[in-house]
Parts: sequence; C-alpha cells; structure tokens
Amino acid sequence: MNEINPGVEPWLVQSFCAIIFFIGLAGVMMRRNILVILMSVEIMLNAVNLSFVAFSRQHADMGGQMAVFFIIVVAAAESAVGLGLLIAMFRTLKTVDTDEIRLLKE
Amino acid sequence: MIDVSPVTFTLLAGIAIGCALMVVFKKNPVSSAFSLVLLFAAFAGIYALLGAHLLAALQILVYAGAIMVLFIFVIMLLNADEPSFDMGRSHPVLRAIVGLFCLTLLGFFVWAFKKSEVSLVMPGLFSTTAVDAAGGNSKVISQLMFSKYELPFELTSILLLAGIVGAVAIAKRNLTSPKEGVK
Repeated sequence: MNEINPGVEPWLVQSFCAIIFFIGLAGVMMRRNILVILMSVEIMLNAVNLSFVAFSRQHADMGGQMAVFFIIVVAAAESAVGLGLLIAMFRTLKTVDTDEIRLLKE
Repeated sequence: MIDVSPVTFTLLAGIAIGCALMVVFKKNPVSSAFSLVLLFAAFAGIYALLGAHLLAALQILVYAGAIMVLFIFVIMLLNADEPSFDMGRSHPVLRAIVGLFCLTLLGFFVWAFKKSEVSLVMPGLFSTTAVDAAGGNSKVISQLMFSKYELPFELTSILLLAGIVGAVAIAKRNLTSPKEGVK
C-alpha cells in the first residue's frame, strides 16, 4: 500500500510463527531428554504469543497483547511446576530420559 | 500490510528460526538453553518492532530472566556431566514420521495464511497513532489491565500462588518408587 515503506505482509509474520511452532512441536515429539521437551514447549508458547501480537497490530486491538500478558504469567507458573516435576522424576528414576518413565507398566 | 521494517524483521526472524532449530537439534541441554536465551531476545526484538513495548520488556524480564535462570539452575542441579544426559535420539523411522507430519501441517498453515489475505475483522480502536496519542503502549495496556481485564488480572495472582505452592510441594516431597529395583 505505502510505496515509501513497503512493510511486511501479515501472512508472512503468521507463517513465521507457524514455522517456530512446528519446530517446537517436532522437538516435543522427537527428543527424549525431558529438559529439552520443556524448552520446546516454551518455544511453542512463544510462537503463539507472537501470533497474538501480530494480529493485535494488524487489527488495531489491544486484546491480543492482554492475552499474551496472561500467557506469559501462565508460562512462568507452568515452567516452575514442570521443573519441580522434573526434579521429582530425577530423584525417583535417576535419569531425565522419558523412555524410562514406565512405572505403570511394571 | 504491517508497516514495519522488512529488513529488521527478516533478520530477527532468521535468528529466531536458527536458534529454535539449535534448541531442538543440539545434543547438549546446556547449549540448547543458551540458544533459547537468544531466541527469547530475538522475539523481544520482534515484539518491540510490532509496537508491543511492554511485552518486549516482559519477555526479557520473565522469559530470558526468570524462566531461563530456572532452567540453567535445574541443569546444574541435575549434574549435566552425567552420562545419563547423553542419550540417543528416538527411533529414525519415528523421527522421519514426525518430521513429515510437522512439515505437512506447516505447509497447510502457510497455504491457509497466504489464502486468507483479506481481513474481515473491523479494525479496533487502538491503531498505532491512537495508542501514541493516548500516552504509549505501556500506559494503554496498564489502563486496560485495571479496567476491562481486572478479574483475570486478579486471578493470575491466585494462579501464581498455586504454582509456587505446587512447585515446592512436588519438588520437596521424596517420592519413592514402588519397586526398589527400578534404577
């Protein structure tokens, strides 16, 4: 639209968010180290946050940025509880390999 | 069309994609963690580029500050030199299936985003000029937080309290395995 400042197409920003999200999803499904799985979950949350911010800018609405604020709060609580679970798992099984979680099977 | 600098956006997006790939594919969790710090910094830059200044600051403070310190702390606590950290990847066939699945879904998403270029949503009240006139991004968000979104904002305090108590309770309790021979 504006010839002087070309800008970025909205679909490019959303596609970038999708790329980051699916890299995170691949990490959750591929890796066996539970620390890296938790990090991949954080990557996915960040991708969704960026999608919200881009839509907020595109539609001139602050609701998206408020949603991101609440997602950041939930992500902080989630990582604290997740790392607590990780420490409990390491104490019980002495490993961070998710393939070793098979107490229900034995 | 979002009127931000395409060069800056492409640069930050490239850094973010490279760091995300490094987080997923590096074998050592410590290098994964440091790539994640760089990823969070790149995301903060993109937020600032899109005009979300308060969220850019929060991204650095909460993600690159608090959450990453927690991750590094846990890695050090679990003694990263142990051989248990050097586990192999999952099965090659499973990895191929996962990669194909993710790429297919990604292609579908990109196609859908490309196709739905015309926005049907009415533009809201908070255009860039309106936000600047009202005193900047942080002021507008703070006013919304204590008016329209007051109940969710108060509920987050309960959530954080529950998170603190839950994390301490889970990490402190000595869980014993049902069988002693379980490793």
